Amino acid sequence: MDDVAIYAYQIGLSFAIFILISLGLAVIFGMMRVINLAQGEFLMLGAYFCTLITKAGVDLWISFFLAALAVGVFGMIVERVMIRYLYGRILDTLLATWGLSLFLVGGVTTIFGPQSESVAATLGQVTVGAFGISLYNLVVIAFALALLLGTYALWRYTRFGLVVRGTMQNPAMAAALGVNTGLVYTLTFGFGSAITGLAGAVLAPIVGAAPPMGVFFIGKAFITVISAGHLPLLGTISASGLYGVIDGVVAYISSSVIGEMTVLFVAIILLRLLPLGITGRMRRGI
Amino acid sequence: MALRIVGLSPPSQPPRAWWWGFAALFAAFLLTMPIYFDIAVLFSVTNYLVLALLALSMSFLWGYGGMLSFGQTAFFGLGGYTYAVMALNLHETTGAMIVAIVLPMLFAAVLGYFMIYGRISDIYFSVITLVVTLILEKGIRATSGDQYVVGSVRLNGQNGIPTTPALQVPWNPKVQLEIDDVFYLAAILLVLTYVGLRLLLITRFGRILVSIRDNERRSALLGYDTRRYKLLAFVIAAGVAGLGGAMWGVWGNFVGPNMFNLGQAAQVVIWVIVGGKSTLIGPIGGTIAVQYLTDWLGTQGVGQVSLVLGIVLMVMVMLFQQGLLPSVGLIAAMARDALSGARRHRAPP
Amino acid sequence: MSDEIILETRGLEKRFGGVRAIADVSFKLRRGELRCLIGPNGAGKSTFFKMLTAQLKPTSGQILFESKEITRLEAHEIGRRGIGIKNQVPDVYDGLSVRENIWLAASVRARPTLARAKVDEVMARLELEPLADRLVGELAHGQRQWVEFGMVTAREPKVILLDEPTAGMSAEETSRTAALIREANKLATIVVVEHDMQFIRQIARTVTVFHQGAILAEDTMENIQKNQTVKDVYLGKSGRA
Repeated sequence: MDDVAIYAYQIGLSFAIFILISLGLAVIFGMMRVINLAQGEFLMLGAYFCTLITKAGVDLWISFFLAALAVGVFGMIVERVMIRYLYGRILDTLLATWGLSLFLVGGVTTIFGPQSESVAATLGQVTVGAFGISLYNLVVIAFALALLLGTYALWRYTRFGLVVRGTMQNPAMAAALGVNTGLVYTLTFGFGSAITGLAGAVLAPIVGAAPPMGVFFIGKAFITVISAGHLPLLGTISASGLYGVIDGVVAYISSSVIGEMTVLFVAIILLRLLPLGITGRMRRGI
Repeated sequence: MALRIVGLSPPSQPPRAWWWGFAALFAAFLLTMPIYFDIAVLFSVTNYLVLALLALSMSFLWGYGGMLSFGQTAFFGLGGYTYAVMALNLHETTGAMIVAIVLPMLFAAVLGYFMIYGRISDIYFSVITLVVTLILEKGIRATSGDQYVVGSVRLNGQNGIPTTPALQVPWNPKVQLEIDDVFYLAAILLVLTYVGLRLLLITRFGRILVSIRDNERRSALLGYDTRRYKLLAFVIAAGVAGLGGAMWGVWGNFVGPNMFNLGQAAQVVIWVIVGGKSTLIGPIGGTIAVQYLTDWLGTQGVGQVSLVLGIVLMVMVMLFQQGLLPSVGLIAAMARDALSGARRHRAPP
Repeated sequence: MSDEIILETRGLEKRFGGVRAIADVSFKLRRGELRCLIGPNGAGKSTFFKMLTAQLKPTSGQILFESKEITRLEAHEIGRRGIGIKNQVPDVYDGLSVRENIWLAASVRARPTLARAKVDEVMARLELEPLADRLVGELAHGQRQWVEFGMVTAREPKVILLDEPTAGMSAEETSRTAALIREANKLATIVVVEHDMQFIRQIARTVTVFHQGAILAEDTMENIQKNQTVKDVYLGKSGRA
């Protein structure tokens, strides 16, 4: 029984991490067809903002949201000065955001040095049989679910979500109806960035904040988003579910590297069978 | 409207006489370098020449095959590690060199089959190749324990294999290549690869490959199995990258997980973008220029090379789409068109 | 013209979501025919062509070419079997020279020397020699159409599908295209999608009318023009005939 609980916990945590690191990317890619190669660095910025704000004496839980806000604003600036000029040139966007990624890694290293910063979340542990489970990790799982539900609700039930979806479907028509499409793009990119920043902040107490941390996560994030297909939310959930299970189980029995290799292997096979991703054949949904 | 860039003929045309002259001059310049420069300069130039092989691999694939692989470093690293492991196991380097080219090609054939026959889109292709090299890096880094052994060789995780053997002369294995020999070899291999790829582009295969880059649907409708041509190009490029990796191991007597890493992968992209993907010679120049800049930044105490390279990449993508070398040609073409007024097009040669 | 059926579809259907773009189309083409497809915009003519050449996969139904099923083949396999298509939008290699474009088409099957001879022949027939070394992307619209027409014929297909071959052409260019099509028809079976009635009268014997994804009528041009149903859905509205 304890084993089952531990497996469930491992898989749940693995699923939550997949969701956290890829949701922002999925929103931006799914809505705007832009893959942000600097996704990992946005995550890193979130973690750094979180540690800095906490060090300034702000409560950890509040600093999460301040970090999200900061990365969101940063994302909007990036959209305005760079992404904006590259719409429709999908590969150029990849290249430019890669440049941004290098720039951010170099910049953060210059300012804060190459060492890792840490932030503590002292919530203690719960014991399951012979195992101790960090309570904070359970909070991470809860955060991932809340983020998912929040994004869904925003997209599905708010006027903003409707306007965004309309603009992505048919920008010319949206503009004709009086929507400021430029603003919608900026806000969508900013929203995706903010989610990513929040994810980085939430992960900071577990993994700390260091310049190369982005690289550690982006592999998983890209695999998830590519496998997801064109429906960002549904796709991310199903891909995260699939890979979360595989990664959780394989990493638990062997090592995290083997887990990640297995996920890549499965992803490549999956794309051979479903070139358009898991949601490739679905027509409706978000 | 497509604008003809000065000095750039469509790849399908056989090279003109001046091009052969240029290639010969290039080769002659490289091969006489040891007369003018001391051994330390030769040693760093050898590095550039070896890395230029990696740049050629990418620019062939991207510029002529239309496939933007972000993970040519996967084949580069694989080539390096294969050479090191084989040479240490066999105590023989010629065979190791050959395996170091063949193994990355086989790996590319399998990986390429899934990506190209799965008809995944361009952007997925780029991202998957990137993820592959990242995961290979992680995999290699995780091999620090004693249990990770290939034959008699420990993979050493983070530390790489610092005992990568020097090349032996194939017909006389007792003689090992010295620093200047390796320089000559690298120069010859680079010139041969460059000329070889350029000539490959005027064969039937090369012309069809370029046509697929230009309009894949049209090539398929005419009856070409475009996937086969793309896969073959991917495999050839992997072989060139593998050769580069093995030569890099020979050059520094070292292979390590950094050969696969994101920074290295980004460098390859930057070399090709700076040099311009519409020629094969441009990326060679781009490699030398960017690599020189990187070395120089290191000696100037600017610790953050990636900060500068990031800016270079963003500026190139935003402002100089064609790359520096072709941008000059493009400006020259516009100037010529402006001067010649009504005569808009150059008379066909 | 023989009685042999070269190309046939049985119950062909294509859905995009809830929309039936092509509904139960059973179409027969005899070897050597020169058929015209007409119909209002959105009638499904281009979709039909795209399914015949595997650019779109049918939702259901069968396509038979020379009595063999080709429904599930890849685009290049259909090209190799001998169906060539000129899409509605000029579909050429803009970054390559005119000669290169034609050469690529001729080399699909022919050996190098034969391919070169074929290129010269096609360039001469289409009077493209003065443009041989120009990039196709630099050419005018009509010239690009001819380059594409040259490409399609250079690979000597058994069936040629032409989607609006005269779009954007002057009257003079149109009548030259009609001559080229009649010439090509000596060697190949041809299906043409067109809107220009004048042009259709010049070339076609049998006309198939598409309407809302289905075949509405199939007859000689004369009879089609008299057909009241056709007039209602198509000719009456466009008023061009």
